[in-house]
Amino acid sequence: MNFFALLRKELVAYFTSPLVYVVAAVFYALTGFFFYTQLVYFVQYGFGFNIIGNFWVAFLAGAPYSVSMVLLLVAPLLTMRLLAEEKKLGTIELLLTYPLRDGTIVAAKFTACSLVLALLLAGTLAYPAFLTSSIQPLPWQPLVASYLGLLLLGVSFTACGIFVSSLTDSQVVAAVGTLGVLVLFWAVSWNEAATSPAALRAAAALAMFDHFEPFAKGVVDGGDVAYFVAVSVFFVFCTLRVLEARHWRGQR
Amino acid sequence: MIAVEHLTKEFGRTVAVRDVSFRAADGEAIGLLGPNGSGKTTIMRTLAGFFPPTSGRVSVDGIDVGRDSLRARARVGYLPENAVFYPDMRVRQFVEFCADVRRLRGAERRTRLAAVLDGCGLTEVQHRLIGHLSKGYRQRVGIAQAILHAPAVLILDEPTVGLDPRQVVDIRQLIRDLRGRTTVLLSTHILSEVSSVCDRVVIIDRGRVVAEDSAADLARAQQRGERTLLCVAGPAAAVTAALRALAGVEHVEVEPGEDGSARYTVTATRGEPKPAALAAVVVGRGWGLIELRPLAMSLEDLYVRLVAPHDEAPRA
Repeated sequence: MNFFALLRKELVAYFTSPLVYVVAAVFYALTGFFFYTQLVYFVQYGFGFNIIGNFWVAFLAGAPYSVSMVLLLVAPLLTMRLLAEEKKLGTIELLLTYPLRDGTIVAAKFTACSLVLALLLAGTLAYPAFLTSSIQPLPWQPLVASYLGLLLLGVSFTACGIFVSSLTDSQVVAAVGTLGVLVLFWAVSWNEAATSPAALRAAAALAMFDHFEPFAKGVVDGGDVAYFVAVSVFFVFCTLRVLEARHWRGQR
Repeated sequence: MIAVEHLTKEFGRTVAVRDVSFRAADGEAIGLLGPNGSGKTTIMRTLAGFFPPTSGRVSVDGIDVGRDSLRARARVGYLPENAVFYPDMRVRQFVEFCADVRRLRGAERRTRLAAVLDGCGLTEVQHRLIGHLSKGYRQRVGIAQAILHAPAVLILDEPTVGLDPRQVVDIRQLIRDLRGRTTVLLSTHILSEVSSVCDRVVIIDRGRVVAEDSAADLARAQQRGERTLLCVAGPAAAVTAALRALAGVEHVEVEPGEDGSARYTVTATRGEPKPAALAAVVVGRGWGLIELRPLAMSLEDLYVRLVAPHDEAPRA
């Protein structure tokens, strides 16, 4: 099927360029660093917990948050090329004149990048696996919840990134723009003092962090899932409209 | 088959193409000729299904490109202008990707891949990165992806720009080989390309068709009078006077040559005097007739005459 041909092309493009390996190295270095320091911190200042009995808290209280932050920083580096590169090279004109729907093209790019982010996330399962095998088995429910949250985050980041990438033919502009949008979305509710309570509620409804936090605590809420799905659909929809703009703008 | 009927394409307030109509029969090769910014690329992109027309109808192989874009695109091979393709992909990998997108399968996929790689001279470089190839080879990759699915209609936007003369000859040969089987629409601003590859020419200027016919017919129709070149050994003043005295001669231009000979360009009203009469005058006076040949109007002359001089318009 066309979709799989495109998906394969995108995945090949990712794994033949050095970028994905550099991103992975940085991602694991940072998440590994946070995991280690949080573990040491917990062991030294256990907050009155029965440290050995509740060792899993050491992981779940910190790791989902730090992994999500690092994911936020590296996602724009993986999404920046998706459409900006095709526009720069002129190959977008090729794709858009092949018998392919715009939706198929975007879906393949979206899926490929989401898969790469999922792969990065899967690698961080080494940390809980290490704790489980060497110290104490972790309860799996909160672990699954936090990874579902991280996966939904990754998919939303991808959707946002592909949209910003469709606006420019410069990968650097796409990366910086995506980072800006994501950080704003992430932290829009963080400063309670700066706004009225009503506006704060609206900001919290919009903020990615507020919808991710329940997952990190082990709670899967339908509303939060719907939020991330809506964010993804919204950005993919915008991307399709941008591609369609060639009809009246004329540029590729 | 290509049919463009009253095609108009507007981008905001800019009118890139205005009421353009032309047709190409099955297997015909048409040259789209015009200065930069005249709307050639817009016409080709519309035919390739990149964007729909603002008004008018464009169809390939009988399928309306604006309405049934996907089905039309399946029958079109398109080489965009200045495309770089995927520099990080290997030639074979890229062509295989195109085969998958075009839904070629099984034996057909294998034979088409082999035929296209061989036909475009890419067999030896099939495992190299496209980014490492020379411009000429990259252009062949572009043509390979365009003809891979044996399209009914082939659209080539400036296929020879930036190539060295040897590569230009190769690419033209490739296109000539397709003529007859595939309807070819080719844009260029190189006039010799049109006369060597195309059956017919459509000249576009500022978004409009200014002339359309076979290259030879166009030149003949635009020619006001017939011109003949004579090279004569004899006294220039006397020869000029004798030629001017002939009935029908409007103008004689002299260009002194070597060894007492000179070249005379005789412009006459159509039909008179016949070349034989010109020769008889020269030989009758005892002057040496070295050369006598009718001058056809070249496509270059025609182009300059048809395309009004104007500042280069911004590209739409």
